[in-house]
Formats: sequence, structure tokens, C-alpha cells
Amino acid sequence: MSNESNHSIEHHIQTYIRVFIALGVLTVITVLVSFLEVSFIEAFFLAITIATIKGSLVLGFFMHLISERAAIIWILVATAVAFIILMFIPLISVTDSTGMY
Amino acid sequence: MSSIPYIIEERPDTGLNNSKLGVWIFLASEVMLFGGLFSAYVFLRLAAPEGDFDYWGAKLNVPMATFNTMLLITSSVTMVMSWASLKLNQFDKYKMYLGVTILCAIGFLFVKYFEYTGKFHHGVYPSSSTFMGIYFTLTGLHVLHIIGGLVVLIYLWTRQADKMWKENPDLLANRIEVTGLYWHFVDLVWIFLFPILYLL
Repeated sequence: MSNESNHSIEHHIQTYIRVFIALGVLTVITVLVSFLEVSFIEAFFLAITIATIKGSLVLGFFMHLISERAAIIWILVATAVAFIILMFIPLISVTDSTGMY
Repeated sequence: MSSIPYIIEERPDTGLNNSKLGVWIFLASEVMLFGGLFSAYVFLRLAAPEGDFDYWGAKLNVPMATFNTMLLITSSVTMVMSWASLKLNQFDKYKMYLGVTILCAIGFLFVKYFEYTGKFHHGVYPSSSTFMGIYFTLTGLHVLHIIGGLVVLIYLWTRQADKMWKENPDLLANRIEVTGLYWHFVDLVWIFLFPILYLL
């Protein structure tokens, strides 16, 4: 990013302010949505969807991932795969019948 | 200035400087650290008696956590603005934005302190329930990350930064950029912790 022009940086600043407003609004929406009379599964997916949108805004614009090099994208793809595996490893304990019989 | 190669300039093979690549790899390991605990939360919740997590979760202070979310979001935008200020050669603005970032981080810690002591005052401890165990573990680890980040932020706000700005402005901008990556990640973790622990 060291070769960016002043004009480009000023354009970035406008984007940062828009993202900041969006994050604030989404935080208020997250809290308001939690008052809805819905099932746990529906509430879970609503909360995670909004958090994912907020997280994508932070990653994309504040962390500049939207214009980042391929090396970083591939590190994150590998991390995402490892993360998904990590989240599902405990499921093995559900299907594991060792010691049950 | 720096004797370590590719700290500021980009490596031809990766197209990145080593500082940024190193921080991203570190953040990847952080995803796995928090990921393991998120995974633990999901499976503890699935195994908990009906209504147990709701009962203990209702004891948490949502307005305080919402305020803390706003503080961290504000600190994220001021962090990136401090970097942009350096790129625009506006060192005074850099100091102002970084100062606000530091204040937001201290504010976050204060709110967390009142939250924790409020719980202890009411006899609620990590050992009180499974929910409180995972709540204190997740938020405690997050607080440690805030404290670690705060130390670096304060260092980059002191006279060391003034000196670095005079001697090697690109080095300071680079350090602020990679510190910012870490800081945004800490914000990102909180974005997920907040609804999962306080609202669900």
C-alpha cells in the first residue's frame, strides 16, 4: 500500500467512514433482532448471519482483504478449511460407539 | 535503515513484505485458537441441560456489552484512520486517531472490569456453571488480546513513534498497518463473541 496516491487514500477514508456507520447500524440490528420471538435455531442463524456480514466488512475494508495479494488469500483459504474441520472434530464423539457396548 | 530484509519493501516472490505475511500467518493461528474454544462452546451448549445456557446467559449485561462493541468498532475505524493519516503525511492526525484508539481500548477494559467484578460481587464465578466457565474463558482470552494490543498501541504513540517518523516514516506506517491487522482481528473476534455469549 506504500505507493498509493493521496487521492486514493482520501477515497479509502470515505469508505472507512461508511463501513463504520454500517457496523454501528448492524450492531443495533443484532441487539433488536435478539428480542424477536423466534426459535433458538432461527435466532442463531440471524445472529451469525449479521456477525458474518460485520466480520466481512472488517476483513474486506479495514484489513484491506478486498485488494490483498493471492498469498494472503490462500493462507486464509487454508485456515478456513482447517477451521471447518476443527468445528466438526467433536462430532466424532457423537458417532463414536467405543465403550458403549 | 533496517538490516532485516523485506520489512518495508515487498518480496518479489510473495508480492508482500515479511511483516504483513508474518502477521497474517499469526492471525491464522489465532483463528484456530479461538476456533477451538468456539467449537467447545457449541458442544457444551448442545450437551447442556435444557434452558441451562439461557438461565446463566440472562445474567450477563447486554447494554454494557453493546457499549463495548461500539467502543471496539470505533477503535477499529480510528486505527485505520491513523494509518491513512501517516500515508497522507499528517503526523498530528495520526497521534490523535491512535490516541482515540488507545482510549477506546482502555474504555473496553474498564467496562469489562465492571462486568467481571459485578459477577464476582453476586457470587458468580467461572466455576458456577458450564456457561460461566466458557464465558470467562472466551472473554478472558479476548481481554488478554486487548491488553497485548494496547501495549503495542501505546508504544507506537510514545516518543519512539516521533523518532521513527523522523528517521524512517515508511517503517512506522508499516508497523501501524500490521498492528492494525491484529487490532481489527481482535475486533472481529468480539463481533462473534457478542451475539453468541450475550444475545443467544
